[in-house]
Amino acid sequence: MEEVKLLGTWPSPYAFRVQWALALKGVKYEYIEEDLLNKSGLLLRYNPVHKKIPVLVHNGKPICESIVILEYIEETWPHNPLLPEDPYERAMARFWAKFSDDKSHSFAAFFLADGEGQEKAIQESVEVLKTIEEGGLGDKKFFGGNEIGLADLAFGWLPFGFGVMEELVGVKLLDADKFPRLHAWIDNFRNHPVIKETLSDPDKLLACFKSKREMYFVSKTA
Amino acid sequence: MAGSGSSVQLLGYWGSPYALRVELALKLKGVQYEYIEEDLTNKSTLLLHYNPVYKKVPVLVHDGKPLAESLVIIDYIDEVWKQNPILPQDPYERATARFWAKFADEKCVPAMIGAFVKQGEEKEKAAKEARENLKTLEGSLVGNQLIGGEKIGFLEIAAAWMGIWARIAEEIADVNLIDSETMPLLNNWFDKYLENPIVKECIPPWDKLLE
Repeated sequence: MEEVKLLGTWPSPYAFRVQWALALKGVKYEYIEEDLLNKSGLLLRYNPVHKKIPVLVHNGKPICESIVILEYIEETWPHNPLLPEDPYERAMARFWAKFSDDKSHSFAAFFLADGEGQEKAIQESVEVLKTIEEGGLGDKKFFGGNEIGLADLAFGWLPFGFGVMEELVGVKLLDADKFPRLHAWIDNFRNHPVIKETLSDPDKLLACFKSKREMYFVSKTA
Repeated sequence: MAGSGSSVQLLGYWGSPYALRVELALKLKGVQYEYIEEDLTNKSTLLLHYNPVYKKVPVLVHDGKPLAESLVIIDYIDEVWKQNPILPQDPYERATARFWAKFADEKCVPAMIGAFVKQGEEKEKAAKEARENLKTLEGSLVGNQLIGGEKIGFLEIAAAWMGIWARIAEEIADVNLIDSETMPLLNNWFDKYLENPIVKECIPPWDKLLE
């Protein structure tokens, strides 16, 4: 009897990565929404090192760090694979998943910058997007090839919430003309039958991101 | 698949712990490779061609196909050359090894670097953070095979090099990072790593690092 639980927070893209992986593999699990301002005893017990979500708990054993969790899911439930067979292609998927995490600070900077800092953040984000489109995606439908894979889930925050971020910042970076392939990828990702079920109400997302951004600016001036 | 006809090159730098990781993995598996030393102040066109995204070492080139990011490379090496496995078989143990390797890279290394390069109060703060994180890492070693045996696995390759660099930093920057009293298990783990014959072959000379 398998017991799978996921501790997460809406709208964390890291938690969503795991939810998407479990959904793609048809793994049944219990989702537990955490309040990060009031962390539960369960979270602190299962992730004492970082005290963060997501945490996957499989038959009582916790696994932390979203990409580590994705690798675990892939190894434990090998059907509907998230990684290709070929070792080189697998390595490329892992490389791009890491790249997504390494560069997240550039997009955080884009979302939270103002004044002078914003120009620089915009430039940096555009460079990163170019690298993702040309180096990572290339001419493929998904980063994983014809199917969604590990790297697609790692970049899932783009189709998930980047549009909302752009709306709040008032700057459109992911232009369909400048990034046609990424644009197409975002559409394909969002329209995937499994992913579609999980997408958040855009107004709810907008309200949430808006309040986070405002809180950040307030905290800066305080 | 790897055979006597396959070509393996490693672009590295003598002082890079990340290149060291990959060399260890290759040597542990007995893989023949050509080592190419890079001048990081004057990066070769080869490096820029093979790692356009980060422009860093190490880069493994297997039959002409380049791979960057040391832990990604090690995963690849483990999958292609099956002898002397580096990662454990069990998915939960694999996840645990990956988790702690990430922890070492994200929490221990930057703090150690901070303790080495910063001054005054910031230096003390970084050193304290490094010690705390190293202590947390020590917690993961309880039951670790290396303490009792001779096996070098993923976490050892990923993180035990910190023992060398921390001791160098302690000597040069006059800062305390690894306390043999409060971190006996960790200290012992570092010592065991340094005793391994393959590690001894690969690590840069102490004097050269000190310089």
